[in-house]
Amino acid sequence: MSIIQKTATEQLALLRSGEITSVELTQAYLNRIHQVEPAIGAFLRVESEAALTQAAEVDRKRETGEPLGKLAGLPVAIKDILCTKDTPTTCGSKMLENFVPPYNATVVEKLQAADAVILGRTNMDEFAMGSSTENSAYHPTQNPWDTSRIPGGSSGGAAACISADMAPLSLGTDTGGSIRQPAALCGCVGLKPTYGRVSRYGLIAFASSLDQIGPLAKTVEDVALLMEVLAGHDALDSTSVDTPVPAYSGSVHQPLESLTLGVVNQHFGAGIDAEIEAAVKQAIATYTSLGATIKNIEMPHADYGIATYYIIAPCEASSNLARYDGAHYGYRTDHAELVEDGTDEGPLVRMYRKTRSEGFGAEVQRRIMLGTYALSEGYYDAFYLKALKVRRLIRQDYDNAFGEVDMIIGPVTANAAFSKGEKTSDPMAMYLEDLYTVTANLAGVAGISLPCGFTKSGLPIGLQLQAAPFQEEKLLRAAQMFQNATDFHTRRPEL
Amino acid sequence: MSDAPYEIVIGLEVHVQLKTNTKLFCRCSTMFGSPPNTQTCPVCLGMPGALPVMNKKAYFLGMKTALALHCGIPKFTKWDRKNYFYPDLPKGYQTSQFDLPMSEEGYLDIQSTKDEFEPRRVRIIRAHLEEDAGKSIHDEVAGKGDSRIDLNRTGTPLLEIVSYPDMRSAAEAKVYMQELRLLLTYLEVSDCNMQEGSLRCDANVNLHIPTENGVIATPIVEIKNMNSFRSVERGINYEAKRQYDVWQETGKILGELPKQTRGWDDSAQVTRAQREKEESADYRYFPCPDLVPVVVTDEQIEEVRSGIGELPSGLRQRLESDFGLSTYTSDVIVNQGRALVDYFLELAATCGDHKLAGNWIQGEVLRILNDQEISIDEFKLTPSQMAELLRLVQAGDLDSSKAKDVFTAMLESGQSAADVVEDLGIERVDEGALEDLCRMLIERNQRVVDDVKGGNEKAVGALIGQAKKENPNVNPGQVRQICLDIIKNI
Repeated sequence: MSIIQKTATEQLALLRSGEITSVELTQAYLNRIHQVEPAIGAFLRVESEAALTQAAEVDRKRETGEPLGKLAGLPVAIKDILCTKDTPTTCGSKMLENFVPPYNATVVEKLQAADAVILGRTNMDEFAMGSSTENSAYHPTQNPWDTSRIPGGSSGGAAACISADMAPLSLGTDTGGSIRQPAALCGCVGLKPTYGRVSRYGLIAFASSLDQIGPLAKTVEDVALLMEVLAGHDALDSTSVDTPVPAYSGSVHQPLESLTLGVVNQHFGAGIDAEIEAAVKQAIATYTSLGATIKNIEMPHADYGIATYYIIAPCEASSNLARYDGAHYGYRTDHAELVEDGTDEGPLVRMYRKTRSEGFGAEVQRRIMLGTYALSEGYYDAFYLKALKVRRLIRQDYDNAFGEVDMIIGPVTANAAFSKGEKTSDPMAMYLEDLYTVTANLAGVAGISLPCGFTKSGLPIGLQLQAAPFQEEKLLRAAQMFQNATDFHTRRPEL
Repeated sequence: MSDAPYEIVIGLEVHVQLKTNTKLFCRCSTMFGSPPNTQTCPVCLGMPGALPVMNKKAYFLGMKTALALHCGIPKFTKWDRKNYFYPDLPKGYQTSQFDLPMSEEGYLDIQSTKDEFEPRRVRIIRAHLEEDAGKSIHDEVAGKGDSRIDLNRTGTPLLEIVSYPDMRSAAEAKVYMQELRLLLTYLEVSDCNMQEGSLRCDANVNLHIPTENGVIATPIVEIKNMNSFRSVERGINYEAKRQYDVWQETGKILGELPKQTRGWDDSAQVTRAQREKEESADYRYFPCPDLVPVVVTDEQIEEVRSGIGELPSGLRQRLESDFGLSTYTSDVIVNQGRALVDYFLELAATCGDHKLAGNWIQGEVLRILNDQEISIDEFKLTPSQMAELLRLVQAGDLDSSKAKDVFTAMLESGQSAADVVEDLGIERVDEGALEDLCRMLIERNQRVVDDVKGGNEKAVGALIGQAKKENPNVNPGQVRQICLDIIKNI
């Protein structure tokens, strides 16, 4: 088994024992990227030189006995939505093609403090809006299990680079399912933490009340390892919560002594693919065999999740993306476009309109328009305010459920990875990709996606576990129990 | 005023820059006058991913002001985004407070020292916090359309104080602004410099006009850009006349035209319709998801309340009732700010004669402060030095004109009152000697005696002049009185 096929946890042990160096490990990944990236397109930029320099520095520190961080020498790929000082951060958009932040996202600081090696920036749907990574302004990303198919999104690059062994660890963001859905479609593990568990400072906002940063990796224990570094209160993010961070990687192998899992009937209603349903039900049976109690629970408002989400998220986005106006940074329309054109539009309005029409892709523009509309006078109460009320009801559903069960178990997606272009002309079909995932964001609870099977055609199937706020530790332990009993997470695509 | 064929109705929206070292949502300095764009950071520049964190000091300064305006403080308040596009607003929205402001329903009492209007209570609708925008500097030289943006001011904490339309004249609006500024100065919550923009005022103005068919209201106009108390007064008066003329011409009343925004042009002394804003008036307010709501406790509110101290209205009353000052004098002293009040209190306590202390401050001391354009802190004489001078006046050793000479000499030389008196050769004249002098002069001036007896008391002035020639230290008032007494008894 080559070094890059090992888990991050195994690699870390080898780094610590001196059997490999960070430079060797990093170089191995760079070689792999060189080999398979042309077929996958998981990265927007691979930062080979910087990564090797960083790796050499970690090796030097280790050699001289200097204190090392928790991820010392491990390569990490970062979704291109997390600001990194003096390094281009595009958010998958033409709007930020030449944007170089003068500051680090808090999670980037944490990675650096943990002595991780930043390998490069992964591809994504523009401004994290999409479920297939086809909305990237730069290039699409192919699913490593079938390159004619999409990897999911918006963290498509983050998931694809893991399953194609181009990185041991990666950072994604999840606003409505953007970590869990691509993790499921690419056959890796992805965790959406509780809202407020990880600082959002430096995460380019899509929908601020829903966005969370989370880890992706091949295994649950690797996810726990990275999560331990990411989590924690940040004085720069008022919405981050000041509660202690458990040692996730230390406890992940302790099975839960008792575990009650809730099953929601709607999850297996119309629309779910039979193979997915079978795999998820088989996973439930596995948990039963591990001693878990299964209970049917009601989530009466779950059906309104998508409708609620597609009002709240665009509303916030329409405001969050107002700053991309060409005035201060980022893309600006050609100056020649600003000359009088006979309309009564002033040059400033013309600059705004052309800049935003040219700099944003179609899906981003669609969501800005949706949100602007829903916040407008006369529509606010009927849409935005109503959506907030439903959101509270959904949270109430979760609170009730977690009064009865420890976690909710179910599918991540209704279907396995779909073909490229299949849903690009049908936004509603694309939005339904988030059917099982958005409610966790609306309620602010934690959710994890882990491999639980394959379709007959060999595409990965994901299992979702959701836990009450700040119960990541239990969530990871429960997920690890499943991995101990199964081997889906060990399978890799042939490339 | 009152002969105008209409009544002016005025409500004011006042923006106060709160005196914090750092901005409302980041750690950038709020200092005025630095080179453009040197006090900025990713947060106030609205860069992607940067997040706001509330400056608690700004919140408490806002609460202090609201409490002093007798506003109620809700226990729960939140932040909202006011969305509009403009280059000096880098996020594309202003973080403000919409439906749950930090304070509501207060008032400010105003009165005119010149009897321009009856005392009035102006009710406050609300006072809420928000962040300031940057500054746009439009360079329109020779058809060039360049604009420059300075974002140093972006994110500076503002308290917006919105009044009910309770004022009925431009003079009331001006006094409201002056009284508000005084209050803010006492509270030490703002620099209140209208020129630098730390105190700004927009006025909503319309007219109520009695007609044969009852009273009609003209469309409301918002006047902006009034950067001094005088321009507040002039802008409103101009606008009132303009609205009356327009109404006579068009007959348009409230509801028939949209609310208009006009800017006061101080050099031309007119209001001008402002170019329609780039955005529509729909600001699409919604709760800011990057900030958590603010929850305050009774203890916090009481702590802020206890730090408010004595305010102008209470001080004026105290100077009148406890110190016997006239309404006018106490008003003049209090309106100069807390430092002058403190000076008065110390002087009054040291010299013992409160009215004398009040009159001297209101007269001579303020004259010097105004002439030299200095504050009381820069005034050369300490209250105890002043008290020494006033004690000489009280004892009758100095008449008022001599006392002023001594005062002037003290300021010039920095000497004590006693030293100056000695240097100037001022001596108290013995009463017996003074009476002898008066008798001598009366004997020499039979004509004056006749005139006074004939009812012309002013004639005695000639004797005062002669007495001064004989002895420069005589007190003219004393001479006058003694001479009159002697003549009456002849």
